[in-house]
Amino acid sequence: MSNIKIKGVYDDQHKLLDGIRHLNSKGIKIDNVYTPFPIHGIDDVLGIKPTRISTAAFIYGLTGLASALLMMWYMMIQDWPINIGGKPNFSLLQNIPAFIPISFEITVLFAAHGMVLTFLLVSKLYPGSKAYIAHPRVTDDKMVVEVMMDPSKADALSTMFKETGAVEVIGQ
Amino acid sequence: MQEASIREPLILGDKSYHQITEDICRPVEGKANKYWYWAFAFSVAALLWGIATISYTIGVGIGAWGLNKTVGWAWDITNFVWWIGIGHAGTLISAILLLFRQRWRMSINRSAEAMTIFAVMCAGLYPLMHMGRPWLAYWVLPLPNQYGSLWVNFNSPLLWDVFAISTYFSVSLVFWYLGLIPDLATIRDRATGMRNKIYSLLAFGWRGSAKDWSRYEEVSLILAGLSTPLVLSVHTIVSMDFATSVIPGWHTTIFPPYFVAGAIFSGFAMVLTLMIIARKVLSLEEYITIQHIELMNKIIIVTGSIVGVAYLTEFFIAWYSGVEYETYAFINRATGPYWWAYWSMMTCNVITPQLFWIRKIRTSIVATFIITIFVNIGMWFERFVIIVTSLHRDYIPSSWVMYHPTWVEIGIFIGTLGLFFTLFLLFARVFPVIALNELKTILPATGDQAKKDHHE
Repeated sequence: MSNIKIKGVYDDQHKLLDGIRHLNSKGIKIDNVYTPFPIHGIDDVLGIKPTRISTAAFIYGLTGLASALLMMWYMMIQDWPINIGGKPNFSLLQNIPAFIPISFEITVLFAAHGMVLTFLLVSKLYPGSKAYIAHPRVTDDKMVVEVMMDPSKADALSTMFKETGAVEVIGQ
Repeated sequence: MQEASIREPLILGDKSYHQITEDICRPVEGKANKYWYWAFAFSVAALLWGIATISYTIGVGIGAWGLNKTVGWAWDITNFVWWIGIGHAGTLISAILLLFRQRWRMSINRSAEAMTIFAVMCAGLYPLMHMGRPWLAYWVLPLPNQYGSLWVNFNSPLLWDVFAISTYFSVSLVFWYLGLIPDLATIRDRATGMRNKIYSLLAFGWRGSAKDWSRYEEVSLILAGLSTPLVLSVHTIVSMDFATSVIPGWHTTIFPPYFVAGAIFSGFAMVLTLMIIARKVLSLEEYITIQHIELMNKIIIVTGSIVGVAYLTEFFIAWYSGVEYETYAFINRATGPYWWAYWSMMTCNVITPQLFWIRKIRTSIVATFIITIFVNIGMWFERFVIIVTSLHRDYIPSSWVMYHPTWVEIGIFIGTLGLFFTLFLLFARVFPVIALNELKTILPATGDQAKKDHHE
């Protein structure tokens, strides 16, 4: 028989963390946890790996820096060097002091937007994305632990949730 | 992360999670009161006057302004720098204070960031209008064209500004909206019918799973890390518009830090002006407390003092340099025909904020409100003094002139004030003005448990 989804609903972050630890100690696999706000320390108890999004941001930033320098080199030094106010424009190296501000801005531009777009895509957040609402008040004050479980063991799980302070247990 | 119980609580009134949601969503879900409608009517009227004067400028050209051969930049660039400076407080609160783990920022960061975005929009209008032919504004971008291609001049600080302001605007917008997503989801889950549909679109399908939050927190932190040097670079580059020229009074190395401090100074003043009204009108006194006002006033003392020291330093260096043009520019500022602007600036920016050393004054709402208005005025005069007094008497005495704004320029300024307040008032009705979900993380302990502990 297929597994069913059972939700334990908490209203206190300490009870939530204790509840998750208790399930972990019984070897029960937690499917997902939904909370209204970030819970400190939940990554460790759920075994969530640190996100690599900052590495992505760094790579986007380097891409931005390289694009900026390439663009300015091509436009001001290679394609059409123009003598403006006697400022040097013979080589990238000579002109680099004047190129620092724009290089910096484009680095930040690429890093920030690249990172946020990556975040939105990997988290499937975009206009029209269908929200999965685990509990009507999951964005207000309720924290939901979801477990996929054999229906025969559902009662035991339900008791476990209750014992650790869940205010509500929803079985499907 | 919990707030230590011996500290003064950041929000008052023993709130539970649900109570925070209720309090912050109320202005969005309820009906606006009559103060809101009055304020909105005034703002829209000012905005319409701005649209009229801008249309007039586009119709007849820049000749409608009071500029002349000697003073080629005046009212427009003054307002541009003033608005950009005001915007800087939002990024400072949301990014720099986040990096410093100052959790009192959570009650004010959302509206300060909104202020940043609206202020930068107002600022952007001025260079756009000064182009005279705003429909050709895309010429500032490095786009291929049929003249060669003739590229833009990457050596020019004015072009640096184009890149700085557009990066700043777009990154601030993204930072602000990212913070809004979970809160929009809260409103979505409380709404029904059409409201639910609209907020579902706006909330991007936010679910609040543990992995989402983990990434979300990392993204917020890195964005703060990127925005911090960004905000400092923006006003640095704005100051380079002046500092890289050879005009006496502008050609100084002190400009970048001096402008950045001035920007934060004026921005905090504007945040306080707005927050003191907003907390009253939206009944958020328990979230934006006297403690918040006092902490912001302390930042005003620091930045105001930096600005004061900068004024004195540049005056001293102008004399000490022995350059007669430089010396004259400063003597002329203080004693020349624009002495009233210089002394307004000195009084409002150097003397008034020092009153905040007195605890009674910096914890008084009325006094804070009055002083912040003074600071807003003073910082406007600072830019006017720097720009107009340096230009109006140049190297050739035969071309010395006075500059007077025309009704058109004043109208555009009134218009940007209207635009700013119109957008802010709409924002207060549509989006939660406080980062309500982030705020829940700083309750002394957790929800109901905290209440119980408190009463035992």
